[in-house]
Parts: sequence; structure tokens; C-alpha cells
Amino acid sequence: MNPAPDLSINTDLARRILTGFICSEITRMGFSRAVINLSGGIDSALSCFLTAEALGPENVLAIRLPYRTSSPESLEHAQMVIEATGVRSLTVEITPMVDPLIERFPEMDALRKGNIMARARMIVLYDQSAAFQGLAVGTGNKTEILLGYTTLYGDSACAINPLGDLYKTQVRQLARAVGVPAVIIEKPPSADLWVGQTDEGELGYTYAEVDRLLYLMVDERYTPEECIEAGFAPGFVRAVVERVRRNQFKRVLPPVAKLSHRTIGYDFLYLRDWGT
Amino acid sequence: MKLTVALAQINTVLGNLQRNLEKHLSLIQEAHARGADLVVFPELSLTGYVLQDLTPAVACKPRADDPVFQPLLAASQKLDVVVSFVEEDVRNRFYISAAYLSRGQALHVHRKVYLPTYGLFDEGRFFAWGDTVQAFDTPYGRVGMLICEDFWHASPPYLLWLDGADVFLFMSASPGRGLSDRPELASARWVNHILRAYASLYTSFVVHTNRVGFEDGLNFWGSAAAFDPNGDLLGEGPAFEEALTLVELDLNQLHRTRSRLPLLRDERTALVQRELNRILSDRSRNSGR
Repeated sequence: MNPAPDLSINTDLARRILTGFICSEITRMGFSRAVINLSGGIDSALSCFLTAEALGPENVLAIRLPYRTSSPESLEHAQMVIEATGVRSLTVEITPMVDPLIERFPEMDALRKGNIMARARMIVLYDQSAAFQGLAVGTGNKTEILLGYTTLYGDSACAINPLGDLYKTQVRQLARAVGVPAVIIEKPPSADLWVGQTDEGELGYTYAEVDRLLYLMVDERYTPEECIEAGFAPGFVRAVVERVRRNQFKRVLPPVAKLSHRTIGYDFLYLRDWGT
Repeated sequence: MKLTVALAQINTVLGNLQRNLEKHLSLIQEAHARGADLVVFPELSLTGYVLQDLTPAVACKPRADDPVFQPLLAASQKLDVVVSFVEEDVRNRFYISAAYLSRGQALHVHRKVYLPTYGLFDEGRFFAWGDTVQAFDTPYGRVGMLICEDFWHASPPYLLWLDGADVFLFMSASPGRGLSDRPELASARWVNHILRAYASLYTSFVVHTNRVGFEDGLNFWGSAAAFDPNGDLLGEGPAFEEALTLVELDLNQLHRTRSRLPLLRDERTALVQRELNRILSDRSRNSGR
């Protein structure tokens, strides 16, 4: 057993498949344009680079959605992506949308506030999707989807997701290959929902560590015991296994209670691409 | 004798027979204009792959009174044509089938015998399995057809070989998977390994066509290929893009290779049959030991 699996990818091949996917899955729905929420982080930067390459930068609208506590650096980094890709851009401050609700509940904790911000950004994204006539391209990677490190109906909302089968480590490799500015790739990942927040601080482990574990568990079908034998700490393995299980609800449509012979989600089975 | 095969690696419109038929007719015309004797389309070329509940709605019958097959049979007057489709039998079972059309006739229909129902695949839920593996005669010699998972198993190509096939026509709608640091996906690498292996082991021609395009998140990797009886690559199509790739098979190569390497002559078929009977006579184990 290999305690340090190699997650490296052929970036030319990944780039070719993902740009092909974006182009195919947007145009076959009758669209030629896309909208993306650009946070200033690596995931949305990579999505923006790939979508600009797939559709042409003039067909991509990148939206910056700062809250009053957002780091100014995030805005600057998003601007670097806009300039490097040549996509269209729009900035919509979410503070006036968000603060009245937050003020209504003085006891509100940071998690609730963060979820409200993520969902406010989703509202703007989908409104701009209609206004710009472009489909929403997602930015969630495999690591955060598996860990459920995402806001349901917030940052996870999108029409297509090109990055969802790449671990964070692989997102970094591909981002480097497509030309995402180094400062964005190298900074500590953060949802930027409150000052000083970092993903790795909140999760309690680094992406490099958890990606290797997830890769063995999910891609290579190792049992938790085999992961421990491969050198991962038992407590870490148990915590990650439990976190993946507990967040399954974020990865499926809400279950419909079956009553009829044919029920959506069970035996009414068509791809989204039905007829196209 | 030489046989020029056109490998048609196409994208399809999921569940739209008419649009796919139009693409077939246009490529058959192009293959003819470029001098092909035979054009081979990929698995479920007339319908698209992940059909699920669309399956009954796109079923055809490979007969002249079928509105999809009528123009295809007419087109086969000019050159031989292999297409793949959903076949509905007289008892209303649905199969993933491939038809070899020549001079207005369907010379042979192969029904996929291995339906992958694991991982991302769910064919066994929607389709009946075929129950025969047979070679058949064509104007270019004896041919055998298999569809995707059929040739992931070692036995169907072996049966075709013993049944006289010198040219194997394999069709896939193979979803690309297994990204690593290598320059091709694991699925593409695996298939090309076994294609070369079959050509070498059976000292025969192996021709493979594969879908391109996307269905939801699935990509199809294309790279149609043909190998000669020495296991050498004769030609291949591009990855991920639609293409019509022409490859010339020099059928006299069978004579030369088998003179050098008489694997077919020396195959101990009676021994295989005897040992298979012994192994499978133990009814408690239906896959052998």
C-alpha cells in the first residue's frame, strides 16, 4: 500500500475534457453564455479561466459580490482574473441585501451569517443568469463536495460543475497550468465569510492531507482500516468518514415520498441532456 | 484483396433518431465519395448512449419497412454499413444491437451479450442480453461484430475466431474515466491494449469505433483504431473529436502472418471443449472455479 498516493493529473487532458464539457453542456441547452461568481479564490478563478477558454471571454460574465467584511484582497484577486481572461464583469455589494436579515436576529452566529451571504450571492448569480442569458457555472471541487464544506442552495448552486471531480490538490495543479495568477494559487483557501477565516483552520486539517485520504477511500475504495494501515491517524480517518457520510444530503436531490408507479428520482429516469 | 474501412467516430443527439439518421446518411455518402468499402459507426450510433427511460421510444427493427432502416438499407447499395441501435424483438424485448448492411440486406444482427451493470453503467436495467456470438460472411470475407463490454470479456472474440472471423468489428460508446498524469485516460489505454492483444493473439484484423461528445458529465473519447494481424496499428482517429478515418486493410496479410505464426492452425479446440465441459460440469460453480 502506498501511504502517499500520487494525485497528479495530465493537465492538457483535463483542460481539453473540461472546456469541451462546458461548451457542450451550455450550447446544447440553447445558450452560448455563462455567469460565474468570482470570489477571488482559486476555484472560481479556475472555473472562470476554463469557461472563458470554452465560450470566449465575451460570453462570460464574472460577478464580484463583496460583503462589508470581505477582504479587499479578494476583490483585487478577482479583478486580476477578470483582466487576465478578458471576461465581462459586474460588482454587486451584498451588504444591503444581507444586513437587514442579520440585524433582525441579534443572536445569529457566524455560520448562519455565512450561509445567508452564500445564498444572497446565489440570488444575484441566478438573477444575472437571466439578465445575461447565461448559465451558472459552478466552482465546487471534489474535496468540498465530499466533505460537505459548502452552503446548500448557496455556493453549491449552479447549472453545470466542471470542477466537481477534481480534488483541491488537483485544482491547484490545473490552475497553475491554465495561468491563474500565482498569488491566488498560493494564498490560504478561505470562504472569506468572516475576517481571518481559512478553510484549513475551520476543517482542522490541510487539503493536502485530506485529499490523499479521500483519494484512497473514494477513488481507490480503501476501507477505513486500510487507510489507517496505510499510515493515516485513526481519529482523522474516523472524522473524515463520518463527515462524508453526514453530508450525503447535500449531494442528492431531496427524496420524494413514493406513492405512484412512477416517481421522480426513482423510476422516471432521463439525463439532463434528454433530446439534445 | 484490400478492404478500405471508414471509422465513423460521431457525436449523437440523445434520443433523436431522425437527427442521428441524417448524420449517418451524410457520413455514408462521404465515406463512399472517399473510396471506402465499409463504414462502421459506434455503439448506439442511431440513438445516443445513456437512454434510460428513452429506450422503448427509440427502438427500431432492422428491416426494409422500418422508417430508420429503409434509407440505411438503400444507402448500403453503394458500400457496406455497420450501425448500432436499440432493437425491439417480436416479444417487445429491447437489445443493444449492431447490424451489418450490404447491398440492401441486413446480413447479420448482433445483440450485445454482456450488459455492464456496475459503476456508472446501468444497461441491465433497461436491456435484454443477446444470447449468440456468431461470425458471418460478407463480400470481404468472414466478419464478427461485438459491442463494447462484449470484448472486455475474453471469450466472445475467441468464439468469433473459431467461427471463422478474420475481421473483428468492435463498437463502443466508452465513457472516458481514469484521469492520471498519463497522456490518455485509463479507459482509452485499457481498450487499446486489448484491441492490440486480440489482433496479435488471433492473428486477425481488429477495427474499433468509439463515440465522441458528452452526455451530461460523461465524455466519450473517440480514438477509433484498426490493428493488423501482427498487432500493428494501421490507423487511428483523433481523440474527442468527430472524424471519419479511412484505413486500408490488406487482407493478404492474414496469409503472411499465419504462415509465420500458425496460432489458428495449432489451436486445440477439442481440448478447450473437453476442459470446459469438465470445469463447468460442476454445477455448484457457474463461472468455473
